[in-house]
Amino acid sequence: MLAYILRRIFQSLIVLLAVGFVAFAMFSFVGDPVDNMLGQERTQADIERLREQLGLDQPFIVQYWRFLEQAAQGNFGLSYRQGRPVSEIIAERLPATVELALVSGFLAFIGGVGLGVFTAIRRHGLLPSFIMTASLVGVSLPTFLIGILLIYIFSVELGWLPSFGRGEVVDLGGWTTGFLTASGLKALILPAITLGLYQMTLIMRLVRTEMLEVLRMDYIRFARARGLTEKTINFRHALKNTLVPVITITGLQLGSIIAFAIITETVFQWPGVGLLFINAVQFVDIPVMAAYLMMISVMFVGINLIVDVLYFAIDPRLRIERSVGGH
Amino acid sequence: MSFFVVVSLIMGAIFAPLLAPYDPFDPATLNLMNGFTGPLTPNQFTQDVFVLGTDDQGRDVLSTILFGMRISLFVGFSAVFLAMILGVILGLLAGYLGGWLDAAIMRLADVQLTFPSILVAMLIFGIAKGVTPAEFRDQVAIWVLILAIGLSDWVQFARVVRGATLVERQKEYVQAAQLIGRANLAVMLKHILPNVLNPVLVIATISLALAIIAEATLSFLGVGAPPTKPSLGTLIRIGQEYMFSGEWWILFFPAITLLALALSINLLGDWLRDALNPRLR
Repeated sequence: MLAYILRRIFQSLIVLLAVGFVAFAMFSFVGDPVDNMLGQERTQADIERLREQLGLDQPFIVQYWRFLEQAAQGNFGLSYRQGRPVSEIIAERLPATVELALVSGFLAFIGGVGLGVFTAIRRHGLLPSFIMTASLVGVSLPTFLIGILLIYIFSVELGWLPSFGRGEVVDLGGWTTGFLTASGLKALILPAITLGLYQMTLIMRLVRTEMLEVLRMDYIRFARARGLTEKTINFRHALKNTLVPVITITGLQLGSIIAFAIITETVFQWPGVGLLFINAVQFVDIPVMAAYLMMISVMFVGINLIVDVLYFAIDPRLRIERSVGGH
Repeated sequence: MSFFVVVSLIMGAIFAPLLAPYDPFDPATLNLMNGFTGPLTPNQFTQDVFVLGTDDQGRDVLSTILFGMRISLFVGFSAVFLAMILGVILGLLAGYLGGWLDAAIMRLADVQLTFPSILVAMLIFGIAKGVTPAEFRDQVAIWVLILAIGLSDWVQFARVVRGATLVERQKEYVQAAQLIGRANLAVMLKHILPNVLNPVLVIATISLALAIIAEATLSFLGVGAPPTKPSLGTLIRIGQEYMFSGEWWILFFPAITLLALALSINLLGDWLRDALNPRLR
């Protein structure tokens, strides 16, 4: 098992090096940093001096190493657009995105598991089949249209919820939170639903399929024969055994939550890192793009790694197979 | 049904210059007085009637949708075509030749698969925007979009083709072709390729729906088709600004068109998958 984990860590590092290379290549080939930093009136000596200062006269591989060293310390230089350190800007924007992702992930998981179990236990009837049809539509609707639809219903027509921004936020030593004010919580509702809906339908369909499979197993029939209540059978025995694939998929979905957050944040003008990234793409702000890319990939690779390791922790069958197989 | 919808939408897009009542990009036909005309209601100044109303600049919404659909479909088809060519070639090479090439291609696919394709497309768009001079950006935006979506979508094709090639390679007709001394390239293109095309077609239709949605999403986010050449996504982006002031038709009709397009292509893909699956026949 240790060898397996080590191999996975090694693979993750390779992926990160590759992504780092892409980010570095962006810096080197898209625009000339010297051009960006020196004004119109520059001499050849200025250029030479700055090149030496920035280490641009070094061989490619040395520059790449330096870039990685700096990136590992969270240093991506100054934003071309705002002229402030990228790390500072991201730190400022991060709480908004993290809170949004957490709430919508929570919504998606609770809603998805609940509806999945419900539609699996009651397979026939009007409500379950309605939910299944609605979930199909939910999967095919583009995220930004869901957002617009929600804004139209709840902000324009009903006027219940705000259509943009985070509302009032409270600063807790550098971490701004919208959890503590009424307007902050209200502003969170629509974006969280928009972001969580797609994941919710995915989780729901997955839980339903897995539940139907598990409910056909012998041990469920045995539990029935023992006279256990439906509640115990469904939740203690069946649901527990459907959770392994659900947790894997949910973990992997965290990545796409981040990607969809870009869309949701744009629709709702939510001041998070996703909106920062899309603005950076619009204005070709390379340092911000590179930093976002590195941050996202560290997160993705980390999540993948944790999910893989969790697999071992949750499912004892895997451990046995591995040790018997001698891998 | 879905076939009918797809065909009529595609026909509408192809014959947009003939069908559209106005040319939305010819400033000579525009009248700013016609701005914000509701659907099927005469304009209060000019008494002109527009079936689906007009936008802020007095452009006929029906015409902008027909022309916008042209751009959406063009980008969608081209991007899927690019992804297909790239994926099929890489998949064939990986599956047939194997070895380090196979390992390298599949590792690359794995890495790319770690990231959502829309994110990859945004990144490619950003980089491409960075390397083109500012004055050409609007002109090349469509091509950059095709490149970005195409490059973010090849993995699916490569994986399926590689898998199918691995199976086909073991079959006798391939060994026979090798024995009579045909070159690797000929074996791959003339013998294996025709036999792995069925799944590729199915993926292509599903990818088409995804590519159209991806294009709309990117354009909606402002990193796609420019306002001078609006696709459905750009139109929705423009329409969203007028949602709050009550001009719902500028947003509603492009959004419905996009939905109909994506849904019906999806259904068509499902149908194609069943039709091409020998087990279901």
